[in-house]
Amino acid sequence: MIFDYIEIFILTFCEQLITKEEGLVLYEDMILGRFFEDMCAQMYYRGKMFGFVHLYNGQEAVSTGFIKFLKKEDYVVSTYRDHVHALSKGVPAREVMSELFGKATGCCRGQGGSMHMFSKQHNLLGGFAFIGEGIPVATGAAFSSKYRREVLKEPGADEVTLAFFGDGTCNNGQFYECLNMAALWKLPIVFVVENNLWAIGMSHLRATSDPQIWKKGPAFGMPGIHVDGMDVLKVREVAKEAIERARRGEGPTLVECETYRFRGHSLADPDELRDPESVSSLAAEKAHYAGRDPITALKKYLFDNKLASEQELKAIDKKIEELLDEAVEFADESPLPPRSQLLENVFADPKGFGIGPDGKYRCEDPKFTQGTAHV
Amino acid sequence: MATLFQGVGAVTPFSASSSLDSNKLLLPSRKSLSISDSRGSIFVYRSDALNLKAATRLQLSPGHQKRSPSEDLLLHQSRGSFGAFGLYLHCLRIAYPWHELLLFEALREGLEEEMERDPRVCVMGEDVGHYGGSYKVTKGLAEKYGDLRVLDTPIAENSFTGMGIGAAMTGLRPIVEGMNMGFLLLAFNQISNNCGMLHYTSGGQFTIPIVIRGPGGVGRQLGAEHSQRLESYFQSIPGIQMVACSTPYNAKGLMKAAIRSENPVILFEHVLLYNLKERIPDEEYVLSLEEAEMVRPGEHITILTYSRMRYHVMQAAKTLVNKGYDPEVIDIRSLKPFDLYTIGCSVKKTHRVLIVEECMRTGGIGASLTAAITENFHDYLDAPIVCLSSQDVPTPYAGTLEEWTVVQPAQIVSAVEQLCQ
Repeated sequence: MIFDYIEIFILTFCEQLITKEEGLVLYEDMILGRFFEDMCAQMYYRGKMFGFVHLYNGQEAVSTGFIKFLKKEDYVVSTYRDHVHALSKGVPAREVMSELFGKATGCCRGQGGSMHMFSKQHNLLGGFAFIGEGIPVATGAAFSSKYRREVLKEPGADEVTLAFFGDGTCNNGQFYECLNMAALWKLPIVFVVENNLWAIGMSHLRATSDPQIWKKGPAFGMPGIHVDGMDVLKVREVAKEAIERARRGEGPTLVECETYRFRGHSLADPDELRDPESVSSLAAEKAHYAGRDPITALKKYLFDNKLASEQELKAIDKKIEELLDEAVEFADESPLPPRSQLLENVFADPKGFGIGPDGKYRCEDPKFTQGTAHV
Repeated sequence: MATLFQGVGAVTPFSASSSLDSNKLLLPSRKSLSISDSRGSIFVYRSDALNLKAATRLQLSPGHQKRSPSEDLLLHQSRGSFGAFGLYLHCLRIAYPWHELLLFEALREGLEEEMERDPRVCVMGEDVGHYGGSYKVTKGLAEKYGDLRVLDTPIAENSFTGMGIGAAMTGLRPIVEGMNMGFLLLAFNQISNNCGMLHYTSGGQFTIPIVIRGPGGVGRQLGAEHSQRLESYFQSIPGIQMVACSTPYNAKGLMKAAIRSENPVILFEHVLLYNLKERIPDEEYVLSLEEAEMVRPGEHITILTYSRMRYHVMQAAKTLVNKGYDPEVIDIRSLKPFDLYTIGCSVKKTHRVLIVEECMRTGGIGASLTAAITENFHDYLDAPIVCLSSQDVPTPYAGTLEEWTVVQPAQIVSAVEQLCQ
């Protein structure tokens, strides 16, 4: 079955795409993502977190649509806009929140921050600050999966890797190099482009010679699919096909999700370019996508198909609010990292700090565990 | 335990056997080493720069997996020294067998032994598979282990280095080969951001047991871009270790140690050293990544060097010995972190330091080493540290100009003479 050179536009809902349980799971995940990001914004303006914080409001359908199809062993690689990918993959909200607060109980012990969310337990391979940096890492994880299946002959080694990145990344060399290698070796990876049309203030149309990113897939010998990223059910359909294709060993897929971020690039971005007062066409763009809010759309679908009632959804909303309040409380009460943590984790084997003038390995110096050793 | 050798034929059978009792020399606790213990690895060279015959070096503590050079005992096999001494050597050789090979073969041997030992070890790079490696380090491995384990990559350094890092994070132990170290400049993003930092930014969750290796250094008229010394650019990256091999013996040992290490290690080889021949032990050995190697003990001056410059220094040492000087030559081997203990012991003994390196003058390994020694051992120095490095110029193509960019033995001799006044 060869998909090559076929672009799939899914135009209408099919009948009963999901069951009630699945619908509620999707709704809860998207609400968790949305409320979490709103809470992040609140906390940022209260001075609880600093630096660059990139929020995912409006793009929840992509994260939920794809990641909810994965097994626990599958890998997810993201960019700096990674809070919601972490939450969808299963990292507890309290750990993500305390990581953002820079506390020692964060998922990366406070050493990573907003842009570097990692979780070995949930197979989240990051969280990368430079765009395009995560795509080769994702390719490596997919290679590892193929290696385990074919060289180590491990039964059931069919882990799929999802690489999430944006439209700006699609002009970067690492993207093309990895498309080539993934198609060449038929790696079990899905490249998910979250095309939200803006790279900070650079419109995708101003930066790209051919803005249709899905077309770049067939150029490398893999299917390229364009999907409406504001509709979680359509994303889910495509995700199912792409992930199962990778799991069967048929190779990579490039999926372009047309989506939109409701907030600015980061909390430090005044987002003036898309200000409704300034440019009317961009105001229209914002209004247009606000009308296609994925959560509202899913709610409508659940009501229309009698899969859930108002009360059930409100109960989920309340549950998530409580969860987040608890997460903030946990993060607030968590301790800050002590000084002794400064030199830990620089090396997996601390002998890498070398042999000091007194003949001992520097990591044997008692000041090391107090974090006062000078290296 | 006096097992320091100054020159030819100063070996007795008794000193050889006393180092068999070497339990106290096991790593990692180095506190058990006495300071006056031997660091007895000596190379005495004859002949000119690159066509070297190294003397035999034997391992006399079988059964220990990890060894440090302090356990080695060098027996110098002088030409035509037969008779009782030759018979003794012959008996030792039967008891502790060795084989002779070239440096690139030693690297391959180390690589192959590790691939045999651990099925997760894999190689990726340009032309490593079917072509056998542009310097033949991976020759024959693809036929033996398959195309996936010895992976021929397209020309995309940044991406395949990143791929190696992703594979290392998810359980494999890749060795990424840069066809020339200079090409790894394209992989700087991945090496700096991911290789060095991911263990830290993930809070210790992911280890990156990757080895990045390749030939660098000034060759024979290869032009500016193929003659780069990247150790100076990589040395500031936190989270990585850097080692430079210089002989077949330490090439194999360091390769094995790098593969077994949980840290990301960058192994610097040199284009001109691949055809060095040496005898290495048959039995398995692994060297320590953080230790320096005592090449020639001495009293007057400490000369610190690494990689190809070791041979220029030893050539100069020959001249210096004839002139009555007694230089102590240390191959630092570990470029990051420095083995300040070995260096410190030497500085405390000789009080004069000369650093000879192939890196550029500005911001090179020598510059860092000068700073480290000054910081730690300033009181022991009788003279300012002199650092001989390559000129801060792009390496010219013309042979004569190229010769003048790197440090030559004559310059080393005159620097020593000046320092020892």
